[in-house]
Amino acid sequence: MLNLYTRRRIVNAIGLVISMLAMAFGLFWLCWILWTLLEHGLPALAPVVFTQMTPPPGSDGGLLNAIAGSLAMTLVGTLIGTPIGIFAGTYLAEFGQRGWLAPVTRFINDVLLSAPSIVIGLFVYEVYVIRVKHFSGWAGALALSIIVIPIVIRTTENMLRLVPTTLREAAAALGAPQWKIINFVTLRAARAGIITGVMLAIARISGETAPLLFTALNNQFWSSNMDQPMANLPVVIFQFAMSPYEDWQKLAWAGALLITVSVLTLNILARVLFRQSATTH
Amino acid sequence: MNAENTANPKTIIPKLIVRDLNFYYGNDRALKDINLSIAEKMVTAFIGPSGCGKSTLLRTFNRMYQLYPMQKATGEVLLDGANILDKKQDLNMLRAKIGMVFQKPTPFPMSIYDNIAFGVKLYESLSKNDMDERVEWALRKAALWTEAKDKLRQSGTSLSGGQQQRLCIARAIAVKPQVLLLDEPTSALDPISTAHIEKLIDELKEDFTIVIVTHNMQQAARVSDYTAYMYLGDLIEFGDTSTVFTNPKRKETEDYITGRFG
Repeated sequence: MLNLYTRRRIVNAIGLVISMLAMAFGLFWLCWILWTLLEHGLPALAPVVFTQMTPPPGSDGGLLNAIAGSLAMTLVGTLIGTPIGIFAGTYLAEFGQRGWLAPVTRFINDVLLSAPSIVIGLFVYEVYVIRVKHFSGWAGALALSIIVIPIVIRTTENMLRLVPTTLREAAAALGAPQWKIINFVTLRAARAGIITGVMLAIARISGETAPLLFTALNNQFWSSNMDQPMANLPVVIFQFAMSPYEDWQKLAWAGALLITVSVLTLNILARVLFRQSATTH
Repeated sequence: MNAENTANPKTIIPKLIVRDLNFYYGNDRALKDINLSIAEKMVTAFIGPSGCGKSTLLRTFNRMYQLYPMQKATGEVLLDGANILDKKQDLNMLRAKIGMVFQKPTPFPMSIYDNIAFGVKLYESLSKNDMDERVEWALRKAALWTEAKDKLRQSGTSLSGGQQQRLCIARAIAVKPQVLLLDEPTSALDPISTAHIEKLIDELKEDFTIVIVTHNMQQAARVSDYTAYMYLGDLIEFGDTSTVFTNPKRKETEDYITGRFG
C-alpha cells in the first residue's frame, strides 16, 4: 500500500500528463494551420500585393483594392457598431436592474451573438440591398456593424459589472448625479476592458466572409465609393482560392496570411492592453 | 483623550437628531426605533457585532440606501432641524453637506488632483488657481500633502492603501461638508496607517461633525466623544465614551466591551 503522499503525487503526474496532451493536441492544429499559411503565403507576399489591383486570371496583380475595401468597411462597421454597443451595454449594466426590458435585451443580444454570420448577411441583403437594388460597401459595413454590436454590448456590460459597487457608492456619496458617475467613474474604470472588447470585435469582423458575400459582393477594380460594390479580402480569398488559376490561388494565400497576421496582432494587442491596465489598477 | 474631551469647553449642539428610525431591507427590519442625537463637531462612534445595524444607521444619514430599490427607511433624521428622509430633500445637496468615507479605499480611476476636484466641481465652479488652492487645502487637512504634492498628476490608484484612504478623506472634505461619515475607515489598513487616520480624526473634529462605525473597540475608545452600542438593530446604550466604556449602564454593553461576547 502506497502512502497517501506518493499516491497524490502519482495522481498529480497523471493529471498533468493528460492536460499537457490535450494542450499539445489543440496547439498542434493551430501550428499546422499557421505553418501551412506561412509556407504558401510568404512566397506569395510580394510588394505588388500591396500596390496593384486584383488581376484577371493569367496576369499580374495584387490585393490593394481588397485591402482598402476591407479596411474601409471594417472601419465604418466599427464606427457604427461601437457607440451603439457601448450605450446598450452601459444601459444593461447601470440601469437594467429593474423591469423586463433589460433581461429581454440581454437574451436577444445573446442570440445575436451566436447567430451565424451568413444570416446577418442575408438579413442586410433582404432589407437593404434589395431595396437599393445594388450591392455596396455601405451594405457590407452595415452587416459588419451588426456583428460588432452584440460583442461590444456583452463586453461593455461585463466590464462595467466588474467595477466595484463601492466605487459607485463613493461617487454617489459625493452627490454626483448618476450620469456623471457613469461617465467619469465607472466607464473610466472599465475603459481598458471595453477597448479590448472593441478590438476583439474588429478582429472578428476583419475575417468575416459570409456577411459580405450578399452585401458588398466584390469589385475587381479600385473603388473608393462606398455606394458601389466593394472588394474585400475575405471574399477575394474565397473566390480566388476556389478558382483553378494558380496565380489567383497564390494571391488567396497572401490574403489569408495578411488577415491572420492582422487578427493575431489585434488579439495580442488587446491582451497586452488589458493586462497593463489590470496591473496599474 | 476622553479626559480632555470632558474638560473641553465646547458647547454641545445636536447636529443630527434621529427619531424613531426604522430601516428595512425588503421585509427584514434592520433598525428598530432608533433615537439618538449626534453632537456637532464631536466624534460619535457606533460599535457592535457584525450585522447589528451600525453601518445601516450610518448609511441612512446620507441616504446611501436609495441606490438600492429594496431598501427603505421610516422615521426622521433631522439635520439642523430639517428632515433629510423627506422626499423633498435634494439628494445631491444632502450629500454635499454629509460626506462619507468607506471601508475600502475607493480612489476614482483618475489623477490624485482630479479625484479631489471631482467632488468640488459638482457644486462650485472655481478658477484654476482657486481649485489648486482647494486641492492643496484638502490634502493638507487629510495629512497627505507632503506625500502627494509631487505626484498630483499621477493616478490615485498608485498610492498605498493608507494613502488612498487619506485621499478619500481629502476628497470628502474638499466639498466642505458639515458632517463626515466614516464607515470602518481603518479596517483595511495596517496599524501605522490606522494611527495616521485616528490622529486625523482628532484634528478634523475641529471643523466637522464626525460619525464613525468601527469594529475595533479600542479605536472607538481612543477617537470618540460619544459611543453608541448596537445589537441586532437595537440601540442598546448611548452616551459619553468614557461612561460607556468604564461604567456601562447595560449588562449587554459591558459583556461586549469586555469581550465576553461578540
